[in-house]
Order: sequence, then structure tokens, then C-alpha cells
Amino acid sequence: MNSDKILSISNLIAGYGETEILHNVSIEVHKNEIVSIIGPNGAGKSTILKAILGTLDIKSGEIFLLEKKITGIKPSDIVRKGVGYVPQTDNVFVSLSVHENLEMGAWTIETNLKEKFEELYNLFPDLKDKRNQLAGQLSGGQRQMVAMAKALILNAEVLLLDEPTAGLSPKYRGEIFATIKRINKSGLPVLMVEQNAKQALQISHRGYVLVDGSNRYTGTGQDLSSDPDVARMFLGSRG
Amino acid sequence: MWESFWFEFINFYFIPGLVLGCIYALGAIGITLTFGILRFANFAHGEIMMTSSYLTWEFVLVASSFGLILHPIIGAIPASICAIILALIVDRLFYKPFRNSPTIMIVIASFGMMLIIRSMVQVIWGPNQITFVKGIAKPNSIIKDFTSSIDIMLLIPNKHIFILLGTIIIMLIFNYLLSSTKIGKGMRAVSDNPNLAEVSGINVENIVKATWVVGGFCAAAAGVFLAMDTQFIESTMGFRMLLPMFAAAILGGIGRPFGAVAGGLIIGLAEELSAYPWLGDGPVISPGYKSGVAFSIMVVMLIFRPSGLFRGRVF
Repeated sequence: MNSDKILSISNLIAGYGETEILHNVSIEVHKNEIVSIIGPNGAGKSTILKAILGTLDIKSGEIFLLEKKITGIKPSDIVRKGVGYVPQTDNVFVSLSVHENLEMGAWTIETNLKEKFEELYNLFPDLKDKRNQLAGQLSGGQRQMVAMAKALILNAEVLLLDEPTAGLSPKYRGEIFATIKRINKSGLPVLMVEQNAKQALQISHRGYVLVDGSNRYTGTGQDLSSDPDVARMFLGSRG
Repeated sequence: MWESFWFEFINFYFIPGLVLGCIYALGAIGITLTFGILRFANFAHGEIMMTSSYLTWEFVLVASSFGLILHPIIGAIPASICAIILALIVDRLFYKPFRNSPTIMIVIASFGMMLIIRSMVQVIWGPNQITFVKGIAKPNSIIKDFTSSIDIMLLIPNKHIFILLGTIIIMLIFNYLLSSTKIGKGMRAVSDNPNLAEVSGINVENIVKATWVVGGFCAAAAGVFLAMDTQFIESTMGFRMLLPMFAAAILGGIGRPFGAVAGGLIIGLAEELSAYPWLGDGPVISPGYKSGVAFSIMVVMLIFRPSGLFRGRVF
């Protein structure tokens, strides 16, 4: 069981400067899993991802990637160690072309990337025709694809997605969830934070419900979807 | 016959405007890059320009004491290397410690650097004007003879040819750097979105160093070209360029290097053309108010389109 652990967060307390947002959070991502973090606004969902990336102040608790501690390391080094991260907003370089965006994702790789680019264009066929277009001219859904492709190029060990479907039309939402499943099938574990909780749990192996910066419920995607408390509080109004 | 309107307009307003625009453009590149990548208005940028022209003058002088007559462009090569080193040292010692502090602190630090660098130059070379190139710049006779034989006589002194060609060459190299090299694309990426650059694994500190190298080089070129144009150097020459260079950077859009180039050319041309007798006999705006033109353009831009012509960053 232990060797399955790709990412583990234990008893994390973190925030911005003096403001503590995460009071006590523990999360694990195992091999080949899709794990969702859901919960009300302001519960600190996105903050967890930022803590993993090392972009905010961690007061206590530890984060391990493949059994190696990554707390206290520079964000760019954490990315290099294999954490692919797609922020919720501003997640592409709008004044760079699609292809240049992918090249920036591959900043730390010195080897020939031709095959890797081909592989990604096969995974995101929409982007192939638009490779020389500026990312800022793409639609929201296409930008999300660029951002995901950009994060995947580093041969990440785990992919972190911050609200990948926020602000997208239902059509694109479905497409993004399908893409996430496809990425996961290729062997990459995914940890995502989602507002569209119902849909997210449908494709997730496991889920965490976060309230006020602490774990509230944990379970498989199915269990959480059918749990009456969770359904009433977090799944009701959202589709 | 080349009508007297065109003769006068092209030779005495348009070409000088273009030359001035090139100098502004080169200076504005450094301003817009530091603004875009390091997120602060660098008041010391003009002083890097000024120091480069003094160093060039010094190198030419030292060479002549060994019997070598150097063109200022040759003297500018070691001077630009010194300018780059100066920019890197200033960043390391005085700007880097403020990297994560509120922006105003680093702006004030750059203001302090402006005064320190200028005072150092005054201590070394004295506070008075120095003649950079002696004599009157005569129009290039080959161009003059050729163009007058086809009835469009152009009077372009050699110094202006050097400045125009030099700027075009630097722009071509700069364009190649930004669009085709890894470090150049990285500079565009950091300027576009520094947080995303950081979480994409881009080494932002290296990009910052590259920015000072490029900005320092362009500042050196601008300083030497300005000295070649006016034929004298003085310790306040960089400071006087600061306003039009900021105006050019804002006009083009902060963080948009090619915007800064376009902005520089527009401001340079606007300043010179504003003195043309468009209405009646006298200049529309007295040449004494030239710098007011740059300032007006900057103010109008900030009110009506703060993102600039090329949609840069808004602060």
C-alpha cells in the first residue's frame, strides 16, 4: 500500500503570512488515481494546491512526493521534481503562441522534444491546428487544454488541476473531464479541486470534502456522491 | 524639382525625428523590459545610458593617446560591456534585496541609484559638458549627389546613417532573440505572467539577469547614439531622456518590447514634427516645449488607453 503513494500531505497548517487558511489537512494520492477535493467557497481548496507548489507559507505539516519531502523547496524546483500544476486562471502565456507555451512548460528539459510534442498534439488534437496562434486568442476551453498540455510535458509524477472547468460551457466541461480521464488512463495520477462537484466525483476514484480548512468527509467518488449529507450540502445546487 | 515643402519637411523634420525616435526606442526597450519583468519603473535607466556615453568617450580618448583613432561605434563596444556589468551589479546589490518588497521600495532604490550614478560620473569626469565629436556634421555627399540627381535631395549626415542602421541591426538581433531563442521566449513568458512562469519551472532569476544584459546593451546603444547625434555629453543627458522613454514605453504598452520601439519612433517623430510650421510661418509648438509633447502623449494615453497601443500591462 505504501509504495502506491505518489503524493501525501499530512496535518498541514498553512496560509498567507499571518492568516491561517488550512487548519489541519491530510490528503493522499495513490498510483493511477483521480482524486477530487470539493467543498464550499473559501474552504481552502485551491490553497492546498498552492501549498504543494510551495507558493505559500507552511506553518507545520509535511508534503511528500514519492516518499521524498518537498516542503520548503522553491516552486520551480518542485515543478522540476514532477509536480505538474494548472492554475485556475491566467494559466497560459497569452502573448505567446500555443507551441511556445508548450516550450515554456518544457523549460527544464534539454533533450529533443519533438516526439513529446507530437504525443501531446495527439492527446489534444484541437491544438495541433492552432499551434502558431497566440494563446490569448483561444476560447476558454482551448486555453485549458493548452494549460494542461503545458503541465504534462515535463513527464510529471502527478498533475494538479485547480478548477479546470470553472467558467466553461457545459460542452467544454464534458470535454475537459473526458480529457482528464484520458490523461489518467495513460498512467498519470490527478489531484483536482472542483466546483462542479457532482461531475468531478463521477470521474474520481476518491474524494475529499473540505470545510473551513479541514477535512470533513473522505471516501470513494461513488460513496461521496451517494452520501446524503454531502449531497445536501455540496452537490445540491450544482450540476 | 523636389518641392521645397518636401525638401524641408523630410530633411529637417522627418529624418531628425526618426533619429530621435530610434534613440528613444532603444532606451524604452530597457524600461519596458524591467517594467514588465521586474515590475518597477527604473529611474536609473537614463543614467546607464549617460554612463555608457562617457565610457565610450573615455575609450576613444585613451585609444587616441596611443595614436589610434576610433569611431565612437567601436568605443561603444567595451562601453556597452561595462554598462551591462554596471546594470548587473546594481541589480544584485540594490534591487535584488527588494524583490519581494512592495514595489515603491525598489522604485525609490532606483531613484537613489540614479542620483548615485550621476554623482559618480560628475566626480570622475566633472559636471561640465564635454564635446563628444568635434566639428559640423556634413551631409553624406554620396547620398546627396545621388538623390539630387533624381530630384529628391536628401541631406543625411553620416552620424544619422550610423544611428539609423545601428538601430535597425539591433532591432533585428533583438527580434531574433525574443522570437527564436529559449531565453528570449522565457523573457516574454515572465513578462506576460511571472507567477505562471515560476510554476512552469522557468528559472526567473536567470531571466532577470538576461533582462539586464539586453536592457543594459540597448541603453548603452541609445546613450552613444544620443551623444553622436548631439555631439556633446553631460551628466544630465540620461535624465532628460527619461520622460520621453517612459512615454514611449507606456504608449507601446508596458512589457511589450516592440510596442516600446513603435512608441519611441512615434514620440520622436511627434516631438520633431510638432515644431514644423504646419499653420502659418512659425512652428506650431515652440521647440522649447518639445518635451511637453511626449508628456502630453503619455498623459492622454494613461487616461484613455492605459494598456497602450499593443495592450500591455496595466498597473
